[in-house]
Amino acid sequence: MNRDRRRRIVNRAMEVVATVAALVAVAVLAIVVISVARRGAGALSWDFFTKPQALFGQPGGGIANALVGTALLVLLATAMALPVGVLTAIYLTEFAPRRLAVPIQVVIDVLAGLPTIVIGIFVYALLVIGHTQSGYAGAFALAVIMLPLIARATQEVLLLVPSTLREASLALGVRRWRTVLGVILPSSVGGILTGTVLAVARASGETAPLLFTSSIFGNSVQTDVTKPLANIPVLIFDYSEQPDPALHQQAWAAALVLMGFVLLASLAAKALLARSRTKLAR
Amino acid sequence: MTGSFTIAPVIDVAQARKDAQPSLRELVFDIQGLTVNYGRLTAISGVDLQVYRNVITAIIGPSGCGKSTFIRCLNRMNDLVPGTRIDGQILYQGADLYASGVDPVEVRRRIGMVFQKANPFPKSIYDNVGWGPRVLGMRKDLDERVEKALRSAALWDEVKDRLKKNALSLSGGQQQRLCIARAIAVEPEVLLLDEPASALDPIATSAIEELMHELKRDYTLVIVTHNMQQAARVADLTAFFSLEVDQDRRSGVLVEYDSTNKIFTNPSDKRTEDYVTGRFG
Repeated sequence: MNRDRRRRIVNRAMEVVATVAALVAVAVLAIVVISVARRGAGALSWDFFTKPQALFGQPGGGIANALVGTALLVLLATAMALPVGVLTAIYLTEFAPRRLAVPIQVVIDVLAGLPTIVIGIFVYALLVIGHTQSGYAGAFALAVIMLPLIARATQEVLLLVPSTLREASLALGVRRWRTVLGVILPSSVGGILTGTVLAVARASGETAPLLFTSSIFGNSVQTDVTKPLANIPVLIFDYSEQPDPALHQQAWAAALVLMGFVLLASLAAKALLARSRTKLAR
Repeated sequence: MTGSFTIAPVIDVAQARKDAQPSLRELVFDIQGLTVNYGRLTAISGVDLQVYRNVITAIIGPSGCGKSTFIRCLNRMNDLVPGTRIDGQILYQGADLYASGVDPVEVRRRIGMVFQKANPFPKSIYDNVGWGPRVLGMRKDLDERVEKALRSAALWDEVKDRLKKNALSLSGGQQQRLCIARAIAVEPEVLLLDEPASALDPIATSAIEELMHELKRDYTLVIVTHNMQQAARVADLTAFFSLEVDQDRRSGVLVEYDSTNKIFTNPSDKRTEDYVTGRFG
């Protein structure tokens, strides 16, 4: 029949279009990875990872100070965002009455969608003006970015915990908080870690908030969080504006390192999630 | 095995109240005019019922007649469902269960519950039983307590060599007995069972039923079941709930409450007779 033929053709066409779209998405990532790797791989060396930035005008040098700084910033940000994010999610799924849970949920979603430049300038006004740039100001800005991501991810895994387990615990005469600690959190640790890893990956590449809060840093390895900490995103930004082509190559190499970290973190998150799923599945 | 299939001993409520063993006359729950609404829906209305110590009381009736709603009122599990309104009175050992000063968590500690679907924690067998007592401050001799609870639930011999294994590795029937062990490990005074065997095969079911006969010595049991044979096998007293339709409004009502023998052989209400003889439901 004619109509049947038409349906078959439309179906086939849409299948092709959807497949092409998926291929385009993969191709975009592949092009980014390949072009960054092609331009930056040449600068990768042992020294690149272990030496701090070279003094102005000097050849060589690495990104050790930025690696340490980024690690510290993200660690500090995680230390701030993780407890608040997890407790927020616990409040929303386990304690909040509906009329409070819904508006708080909206607020968190808005926070997740807030442009990072807005968060940057907010923290700049709050912690930097009148003081100086500092590692903790940068970490605080990153924590604001991570908070809704962790809260959302945690909430999703908490909702996966079957309500029959909550009932079982409450029917024993156990209080809600002990139920959360003893039954609900242990079943969702994997998912919470997954969300945290993804938030870490996201925060480690954020540039805008750090431009405001932790961008005027020295060339040496710095671990004092009351001073501005060197970090990879701002380093990439700085180097790309320099006239020296060697620094351009270093900027590409730093970008490659950052991308490699994000890729690894995403894979780790996926593995963690798969493990926690199988634990809850039966 | 045959023991569990004989009809429960004949106990006439009226007679029991007058003489019989004094324990039979000891009231555990005295329920007056219990009505439960979920939002605008009425689940049950006007239920009067008494539960006696060391007696197994079965609640039977067709689907949707409010059996589960009723039993969940007895340990305030319905508090967890938003929009629930409870009217009437439930006296537990003479005290109003829904009085304003009563802590529902404490109520649930003293009145345990086993659910329709086995819901062991994703923990080891040992921790499933031991976690409740540990959290509730009964840490002394925890090993003995766990063993005793597992023995009472007729599960000890099957699991004693693998207490550290995950509880989810047990079979369905074993999981349900583990849930019973978990419930009795915190030493409740009453055990409520909401269709505890409905998801189990006949062999696991008869194991649970035998277990109930054992538990009766130490506990007061209330069991909801839609399996009439099960009620006939295990219960001393049986309450028949039905669905009353009154102009568009449907609600569960208690039709008849008497000794199990009377309910199944000589019910006084026509609706009970229709149900137990299989004419509807």
